[in-house]
Amino acid sequence: MLTRLLSNDFPRNRILAVVLVGLLLALAFMPFIFPGVKALNVAAKILVFVVLVASFDLLLGYTGIVSFAHTMFFGIGAYGIAIASTRMGPGWPAIATGLAAALALSFVLALLVGLFSLRVRAIFFSMITLAVAAAFQTLASQLSEVTGGEDGLTFKMPEVLSPGYQMSETPFLGVMLDGRLICYYLLFFTALALLLAMLRIVNSPFGRVLQAIRENEFRAEAIGYRVVVYRTTSSILSALFATVAGAMLAIWLRYNGPDTSLSFEIMLDVLLIVVIGGMGTIYGAAIGSGVFVIAQSYLQDLLRLGSDTASGLPWLSALLSPDRWLLWLGLLFVLSVYYFPTGVVGRLRAMRQRA
Amino acid sequence: MKTTDAGPLQGGRAPSGGSAGHEVTSVGGFMKDFDWKPMALVPALALLVLPFIGSGSTWVTLTVAGLAMGMIIFVIASGLTLVFGLMDVLNFGHGVFIALGAFVATTVLGSMGDYTSSESLWRNMMAVLPAMIVAMLVAGAVGLAFERFIVRPVYGNHLKQILITMGGMIIGEELIKVIWGPLQIPLPLPQGMRGTILLGDAAVEKYRVIAVVVGLVVFGVLLWVLTHTKIGLLIRAGVQDREMVESLGYRIKVLFIGVFVVGSALAGLGGVMWGLYQQNVIPQMGAQVNVLIFIVLIIGGLGSTTGALIGALLVGLMANYTGFLVPKAALFSNIALMMAILLWRPQGVYALSK
Repeated sequence: MLTRLLSNDFPRNRILAVVLVGLLLALAFMPFIFPGVKALNVAAKILVFVVLVASFDLLLGYTGIVSFAHTMFFGIGAYGIAIASTRMGPGWPAIATGLAAALALSFVLALLVGLFSLRVRAIFFSMITLAVAAAFQTLASQLSEVTGGEDGLTFKMPEVLSPGYQMSETPFLGVMLDGRLICYYLLFFTALALLLAMLRIVNSPFGRVLQAIRENEFRAEAIGYRVVVYRTTSSILSALFATVAGAMLAIWLRYNGPDTSLSFEIMLDVLLIVVIGGMGTIYGAAIGSGVFVIAQSYLQDLLRLGSDTASGLPWLSALLSPDRWLLWLGLLFVLSVYYFPTGVVGRLRAMRQRA
Repeated sequence: MKTTDAGPLQGGRAPSGGSAGHEVTSVGGFMKDFDWKPMALVPALALLVLPFIGSGSTWVTLTVAGLAMGMIIFVIASGLTLVFGLMDVLNFGHGVFIALGAFVATTVLGSMGDYTSSESLWRNMMAVLPAMIVAMLVAGAVGLAFERFIVRPVYGNHLKQILITMGGMIIGEELIKVIWGPLQIPLPLPQGMRGTILLGDAAVEKYRVIAVVVGLVVFGVLLWVLTHTKIGLLIRAGVQDREMVESLGYRIKVLFIGVFVVGSALAGLGGVMWGLYQQNVIPQMGAQVNVLIFIVLIIGGLGSTTGALIGALLVGLMANYTGFLVPKAALFSNIALMMAILLWRPQGVYALSK
């Protein structure tokens, strides 16, 4: 049963397994452990990032190509829900239409970009995706009649998912069973299902071919696999998963704008999480997202502490300023590409093999 | 590098691509099999939009603006394309040097208020030239460190190169924020460079003419070095077949470090020009210009200097024409242009045989 669920891809390390189960349990019972609004928001953000980062890992870690347009698909998903909900009014049909339209658009765009660039060289893909993503972001903020421009769109969700909805009058284990809770569990189970689906994909024969292409493109072609077809399929799949992640974000926030889903900062965050968590291990996405989203607030507090103690030395204080936390993450990123390219998960797995 | 089996006799000429191996001939002179079609693209584009714009004087203004923008982009892109051609390294962190050059220029020009506020163009030049030189020196020096610590450990691995240089870009941008602050800084043009010159009915901004001249000087010097010096010969040979140059006893690594430093310095120079063109600088400008440069390199063909010039001019013209005709589609028009070029020549107009 468990073997089938995890597609025979076990954590293969005791620490890793404990951390993963811990993360799963923490996310599953988050509303009951920390009933605050902020804690629930952080948990929901982790869920969205798990899907987004894992889908990026499908492309970067398993196929070995770097896309900078991943947030474009993320944004398409979020805008799909946002625009449909604004135009059609809140309700399940709006969500379904928005998601379907977003998936279709992502499919076409990913196919086009893949066909144009992957035909030539994998490095073209990185450059073209960077350019296309930048153009898309400009377009999204300029088509203000449709997308709300820089201000973005605020919209309502179906009755069941809105905070005002009460399932029962009596609190269950001290928590009100309201629409927020239902929405959180909708996200939780969607994320879990998508993560298991991605595990299934990377451990299928198709996933093996992708890894073969990553290791040696030439040899994979020689054995008889159409490298272009596999790479394009992989980039489409990854785009579709990212679109769903975007839809999840929009459903949770009930707001979407260029900065929340399209910005290049999110792209860099995703890149950092995948590399630090571990490329080519879907689990790395889960652990990386959890650590990163928590660190996003925690590390900044730590830096503020350091900045205050170093106030005697202005330059050190400037380096430690909480606004500069991306500097330290960037350093960590470069170091991890050099010294442990398989990230935290790869490290843990290697430890067991040595022991 | 996967050309090892092509052999030195073939010069790495790809059997399928008809335009392969044209880089050297196009730089070296007008030979028999000179590929002229891409050259015709720039005037073709300029003439094609003339009926849409209608007024001739507006067209002249826009064309000069486009050429100026294109020349600035070319100055930035030339270093990147040489680095790629020679060592197969795609530097996603190239944008850092652009921003660095521009920020250094704000400091230098800010401290030379006497010269920049003068009406005389020559006194202005006395301020702008040192700013450009200091920016190039700083960008070159940082480029040296960047090559040593960021790029050198990951030669031959594209995936890691993209990741590492992107990481270098994040770090560089944050360090610029630490030194100059995260906000936008104005970089006003010196007094004598403001204003316009009238060419018939067409008003042409003085600075744009200066930018075109500086760009032409850079292109001329690059062309001269590449075609008339031994170093240029080695660089061109290295672009064609690196192993062969190495086996002839030349230390291609040293050559490459030199090219990388010069490329970074050129990006710094381009940053100064871009900053003066926009009249303000922000730490994120490197990433923004990077997008344009990648479009240029894809259009021109990775590794080709002439291709980079054509791509840069096309992108500059396109941006200005669409900025006038359909302002909302400005960046998208460049993507469309890139797609059209890729349909025609999938490796860019002057493809290297790699």
